[in-house]
Amino acid sequence: MTDTATEDFVETVEALPLDAWHRAKGGRMVEFAGYHMPIQYEGIMAEHLWTREHAGLFDVSHMGQLVFTGEGVAEALETLLPADIKGLGEGRQRYSLLLADNGGILDDLMVTRLPAASPFDAEGGYYMVVNGATKWDDIAHLREHLEDDITLSHLYEQALLALQGPEAVTALARLAPGVEALTFMTAGAFTIAGIDCWVSRSGYTGEDGFEISVPAEDVERLADALCAEPEVKPIGLGARDSLRLEAGLPLYGHDLDPETTPVAADLGFALSKRRREEGGFPGHDRIMLERENGPILKRVMLVVEGRQPVREGAAVLDGEGSEVGRVTSGGHSPSLGKAIAMAYVPAASATPGTSITLNQRGKIFTGIVTPMPLVPHRYHRKGA
Amino acid sequence: MAIVYFSKDHEWISVDGTAATVGITDYAQAQLGDIVFAEVPAAGTQVEKGKEAAVVESVKAASDVYAPVSGEVTEGNAALTEDPSLVNTAPESEGWFFKLTLSDPSELEGLMDEAAYKAFVDTL
Repeated sequence: MTDTATEDFVETVEALPLDAWHRAKGGRMVEFAGYHMPIQYEGIMAEHLWTREHAGLFDVSHMGQLVFTGEGVAEALETLLPADIKGLGEGRQRYSLLLADNGGILDDLMVTRLPAASPFDAEGGYYMVVNGATKWDDIAHLREHLEDDITLSHLYEQALLALQGPEAVTALARLAPGVEALTFMTAGAFTIAGIDCWVSRSGYTGEDGFEISVPAEDVERLADALCAEPEVKPIGLGARDSLRLEAGLPLYGHDLDPETTPVAADLGFALSKRRREEGGFPGHDRIMLERENGPILKRVMLVVEGRQPVREGAAVLDGEGSEVGRVTSGGHSPSLGKAIAMAYVPAASATPGTSITLNQRGKIFTGIVTPMPLVPHRYHRKGA
Repeated sequence: MAIVYFSKDHEWISVDGTAATVGITDYAQAQLGDIVFAEVPAAGTQVEKGKEAAVVESVKAASDVYAPVSGEVTEGNAALTEDPSLVNTAPESEGWFFKLTLSDPSELEGLMDEAAYKAFVDTL
């Protein structure tokens, strides 16, 4: 399902700026999105629980960091994304989707309006973080569809770290006083341990936390400074996956793909009110029709009975035993000690409490539809 | 006096006469990471050398456990159902998967002793 053109495009496995640092810290490296990445250090379970209780440092430098500038840049981005880009205040961040002409999801991303005094020499521009596995396709798509007077810069010399967990703010504010004033989905420029960084209060674990864009040449020094704080440990991709699954956050290439629409993916919040009414984004007609009539399939969270995890690819069966949906992510929830999964099920079966029959390699399992997220989000929202 | 053999699939088998106990090696559990589920065969199950006999799942992935020799299962380790992490903490003792009666003791000849297994793991 995820065998996109990207897999063929990336022929060599590259080292990220923190590669040697991960290995020195005992990280077990695996190949992901064309890079060597740490999947775990001491163990996924311990790292997962540490992040939920303290603060975990994730290297997400494989993700694409892009900057858009030029006359009419907000209008130009609105032709490709369903978010209210024009209405975004300086330093404000939004979750959005890169949509194909038919409304299918090409990628999910974060977009931030940069302030006048921008760290990337991009006054009046926008900063975007896209998925690592899709970044080259995204860049090609964006370059092809944006007008010539819009400049797209790929910040390939910037590394990206995510500091996530309830104690992330305590640890980071010690190194960068003032960072505690940021609220969820806002961003600003901060000096951390003497290094100029671009910091947003966001992440993809369901916890409070920060994403920190830093020049690649300084990232090892920054990672050392953060890990010197008693609250912080380095955490691998394995725990990042189990954390985001518990938090009900979809992962591109698994829970989202070009066959999926924002309505089926239950990402209606990413469709801004003004944009829904005005249109002008790819797939608007189809998406609005689906919103009105209800999707055929809908993304739900399942708690699976028994202890055996049901993985991506398992079939959702109807009463006659026919395949009517699919598990797109599944595994063990370290926080709950249960098997959990994300699946697409017929809309009529998407109500919490509904029992879902699953088939994994010929063995039948029962999943119960459960409200998302399974572990409550602990974002530091404004006014909270 | 039990003799322990090892397979290239990272199972160990402790043999005393025609009675044997099977588990996965310390190397295998370390590779798998945190074990969250184990399914062991019931007594009376016939297992065949090199074929799937049990299932072990880590947080990330499912793996099969192969029978290192053929025979009839006399007991599955019920303790693994309650506490799968025994495979991590005691892979070569309490974390055993199943006991069996060998149907063809000559199959043991193709397995490694501890020194040969260590040398094999060093090449991986």
